Amino acid sequence: MSTVLEMKHICKVFPGVVANSDVCLQVEKGEVHTLLGENGAGKSTLMNCLCGLYRPTSGEILIEGKPVEFSSARDAMAIGIGMVHQHFMLIPTMTVVENCLIGAHDGNKMRLDLKTAADHIRKLAEKYHMSIDPNAKVGDLSVGERQRVEIIKALFRGARILILDEPTAVLTPQETEELFNMIRSLTSNGFTVLFISHKLNEVKEISDRVTVLRLGRVCGTYNIQDCEASDLARMMVGRDIDLSIERKTQQRSEVLLSISHLTLDSEGGKTRDLDDICLEVHAGEILGIAGVDGNGQSELVDCLTGLKKATSGSAHFKELDLLKCSTRKIMSHGLSHIPQDRQHTGLIMPMTLMENFILQDYYRPEFGKFGMLDQKVVNEYSNRLIHDFGVKTPSRFELAQNLSGGNQQKVIIAREISRNPDLLVAMHPTRGLDVGAIEYIHKKIVEQRDSGIGILLVSTEIEEVMKLSDRVAVMYEGRIMGIVKPSETSVEELGLMMGGMPLTQIRKSA
Amino acid sequence: MEFLSTFAGWTATDIRLATPLLLAGLGLLLMNLAGILNIGAEGTMLIATLMAVVGSYYTGSVWLGMLFAMASGALVGLLFAFLTVTLRANQVVVGAAVNILGSGLSATLFRILFGVSANVPLIDVFENCSIPVLSDIPFFGEAFFRQMPLVYIAFLMVPLTSYYLFHTQSGLNLRAVGENPRAADTLGINVYRTQYLSIIVGSMIIAMGGAFMSTGLTKFFSEEMVSGRGFIALAAVIFGRYKPSGIMLAAIVFMAGTVAGNVLLASSSQIPYQFLTMLPYILTIVVLATFAKSAVSPAELGKAYKRG
Amino acid sequence: MKKVDTVKFRTASADVARQALVSVSAIVIALLLGMGLIALMNISPVKAFSALIEGAFGSKNSVGETLVKMTPLLFTGMSYAIANRCGLTNLGMEGQMYIGAMFAAYAGINISGLPPVLHVFLCIVLGFIGGGIWCLIAGALKVWFGASEIIVTVMLNTVAIFLIEYMVTSGPMLEPPGTVTGQSSPVLDSARLGTLIPGTRSHWGFVIALFFIFLFWLFLWKSKKGYEVRVSGYNLQAAAYSGINTKRNILLVTFLAGGLAGLAGVCEVLGVQGRLYASFSPGYGFDGIAVALIGMNSPIGIVVGALLFGAFRSGGNRMQMRAQVPDAIVSVIQAFVIIAVVASQMVLEIWNEHRLKKLQQSKEA
Repeated sequence: MSTVLEMKHICKVFPGVVANSDVCLQVEKGEVHTLLGENGAGKSTLMNCLCGLYRPTSGEILIEGKPVEFSSARDAMAIGIGMVHQHFMLIPTMTVVENCLIGAHDGNKMRLDLKTAADHIRKLAEKYHMSIDPNAKVGDLSVGERQRVEIIKALFRGARILILDEPTAVLTPQETEELFNMIRSLTSNGFTVLFISHKLNEVKEISDRVTVLRLGRVCGTYNIQDCEASDLARMMVGRDIDLSIERKTQQRSEVLLSISHLTLDSEGGKTRDLDDICLEVHAGEILGIAGVDGNGQSELVDCLTGLKKATSGSAHFKELDLLKCSTRKIMSHGLSHIPQDRQHTGLIMPMTLMENFILQDYYRPEFGKFGMLDQKVVNEYSNRLIHDFGVKTPSRFELAQNLSGGNQQKVIIAREISRNPDLLVAMHPTRGLDVGAIEYIHKKIVEQRDSGIGILLVSTEIEEVMKLSDRVAVMYEGRIMGIVKPSETSVEELGLMMGGMPLTQIRKSA
Repeated sequence: MEFLSTFAGWTATDIRLATPLLLAGLGLLLMNLAGILNIGAEGTMLIATLMAVVGSYYTGSVWLGMLFAMASGALVGLLFAFLTVTLRANQVVVGAAVNILGSGLSATLFRILFGVSANVPLIDVFENCSIPVLSDIPFFGEAFFRQMPLVYIAFLMVPLTSYYLFHTQSGLNLRAVGENPRAADTLGINVYRTQYLSIIVGSMIIAMGGAFMSTGLTKFFSEEMVSGRGFIALAAVIFGRYKPSGIMLAAIVFMAGTVAGNVLLASSSQIPYQFLTMLPYILTIVVLATFAKSAVSPAELGKAYKRG
Repeated sequence: MKKVDTVKFRTASADVARQALVSVSAIVIALLLGMGLIALMNISPVKAFSALIEGAFGSKNSVGETLVKMTPLLFTGMSYAIANRCGLTNLGMEGQMYIGAMFAAYAGINISGLPPVLHVFLCIVLGFIGGGIWCLIAGALKVWFGASEIIVTVMLNTVAIFLIEYMVTSGPMLEPPGTVTGQSSPVLDSARLGTLIPGTRSHWGFVIALFFIFLFWLFLWKSKKGYEVRVSGYNLQAAAYSGINTKRNILLVTFLAGGLAGLAGVCEVLGVQGRLYASFSPGYGFDGIAVALIGMNSPIGIVVGALLFGAFRSGGNRMQMRAQVPDAIVSVIQAFVIIAVVASQMVLEIWNEHRLKKLQQSKEA
């Protein structure tokens, strides 16, 4: 087995963030090499450097022993590296053949030879055990089939090294099996596959070797046979979590939110974004939802806040079934929502802070009668929030876009907490913030809990979830893998659940 | 027999009137498929109508006049492209500005160059050019084959454009840019260059339509002579479902309404001709409402693309 | 790190001031370009422009004319702006204006026995509703079918123009006995808008327009619905997160936008022409786009934009007489202004993006 790809001491730095630090990767020809890690570990960044979308800040890339440099995706494609992104780059109104031929530059430049290309594609598909109709419109294909088109597209353009970024995130178990068959077929024919994933059971099944990344650094590279899932979980997540935070002992009190068999079918109907979710949040408790991004957390929050319509199930909050109410009704009954994207959802960037503060409550009579806004009330309210929450801004007239990330998040938190909710849904509340801002927000969340409010905290940061929550539920592929108390679990257990193993199974084999 | 001859005459008129519409529509299509929504066809055509006359007047050749018009179209296109592709300005606003510019510039230059005299100077114009043999076929001969050369060129452009768009690599790349510029970018296509070229070439074709109006349909320029054809062209693209053959059909159908209206007007009948001339616009609205959900228009039409 | 400190004191008003300054400079550049074009025609630009200014402001009559031309522009500017604030593009002001004019003319001609104030009020209401419905068609098609309001409003323009043409050439509103076509009967005196500046053509429609500018401001910045509209225009996701019913708001806004453009027609009929003519608009509808653009979709800006373009139109005549510059050149200069303002706004936006990116970097570091 020869080394087909080597990445030596790769560093990639963005303003304010070190995404990859001294990463060394060595891949053999014909193997399936997995990059394992949680959110923010640096996997996607590393692969984007490899396929030409990013330039590494330092370090070198060697293909078959020769150093290469990419200035664009096209260069990488020319050398034989093909990437299948998580979000497909396909045009639904065009056929498979047309999609494969866009931007192609070989042979007769003028005339588009769809027939020859279709034959070529059909042969490729047969050879590697993929069933695809070259003349089908991509828009008519299922998600699994579209992924196959992306793979064929890469092969068609001469890729010898395929990078698959979280490919099974959108597949049914059957489609996943088909994908794995394809991969095995490809590798037995000399192709090399780089597989990015966080799903431990799949990693165990398909990989030859695995490289674990954490916080932008390599933890190690191992043969898959030498590893147990628990080893991988520990490496992926592993660190001692500081559980010390001041909080009152929680009295188990009444149930605020009761989610029962909540199910959401995905678009296209083949898989489920949410699968039979059953959860409870009590007053004065923080229920943390842990898990790698993309396992249904956004969909759960969207269903609870009236932004998406669930397929079946119920979610009772006070006397309301959240799944059957409009967003306005839900928000006006004592639910507050800190959204995952402060810039695109939580705030209106070109508007002033005062206009942002009233986003959730402007329609209430306190803010004005006869359909008009009472500016005095708005002013007082804004000033009070700015003062109470220490938002660093010259005035309430400042545009939201001119604030720092931490202050922007403070505005949202100030707004949502000051509404005196009974239930607070917070998603990724500290994403992209500096240490000071994080500490402040954690303090505020715990304060709310201590005063009797129920909190649903969704986060990809294991530390955060463990530190703040009274109980933690881990989501994987739209299901709850298990609910545990931070004091009664270990990072290994959490890692295993995040990687796809249900709690019952973990504890049985322990 | 008498009626057939008249009907052939009507058909010939229909085709003649449809020609500028067809040309404008094809030019717009080229831009639309690359993701650019250009409502400024009216202004582009206005400038072109004047430039064709000016060119023909000063060189004595109507063909050179047409080239002159196409050059003006290219310049307008260049301006439009710079504003909407490089500066990413709102395409609709820029299109509206082009219309106002076209209206003012053509009128101003016309008065400066030709003064306000009542005499219409004689310039070289397009003449009917019968195709031998074919033009002698009963009915079809008179209807289709005794037209001006630009008419034949325009209708020939339909299969040519079709071939370009759907059977060449370049056409495929162009369509990809309009549907998903980001995907096209990752596949190595220069989105900005593609859009620039489509706008410039498209504007030149639109200009051809304008040139035909002043040196073919009429024999001189008059202010505001385009009178809305630029907007009907937009309608023709939508009604024609973004296909060259569809645009051809749309142009013929739309102008059939005008021909019918003129006939009614001439025969001083009771039916108001305005309702017939309204028809293309109402039809387009119906088409939009019916087919909007089935999304035939390019996915990223009208949106500016930002790299990275 | 001086840059970070100065940033601390930037407020919303500074951003607006910067934008306004950029727009003003763009207008100046456009005017200079216009002067250059005039010079190319071997005419003294100074002579031409002084004639323009004199024609717009030089005498009582000139000022009156400027006000006359400004009035419809205030309305069409508001029409485009209110739709734009909701994220919509209304290109149908021309058609909505005609429909509004038709309704107002009908009420003005046929309803008799009312005191003037009431009669005018009725015409205004009907004209507003007429124009409003015309634009609402586009809004409804957008909400129910996803049809692009840009195209639908443009198409409805021509339909409206032909409809009115029919009405006054061979249709029911043609002035009897029908020997002169293209016009309706005159509206009753009780429906006429009185003269504003005695001895000029200026009429009370100007005051009504200014009143509506006030309402425009009141609605968008002081009312809760207006707040919802502005939020939707900036960020649909945030609007959904807040629970705003964007579909209903689209219907409301298109109705309001159409109504405002309709009022332009109402004032032209009741104030200037006294009857409904077949093609009474020299393009007030599309000028509204420019007015709103220069005015940055805000009340004071629209007044400034309407003043500028109104002055162009009224001064153009004088410029043609005195300096022999074809008054069509005014359209050319208008186009220059639009292009310059648009270009400068985009350049400013691109510069802003760079600045914000650097800002985020320095603050997160």
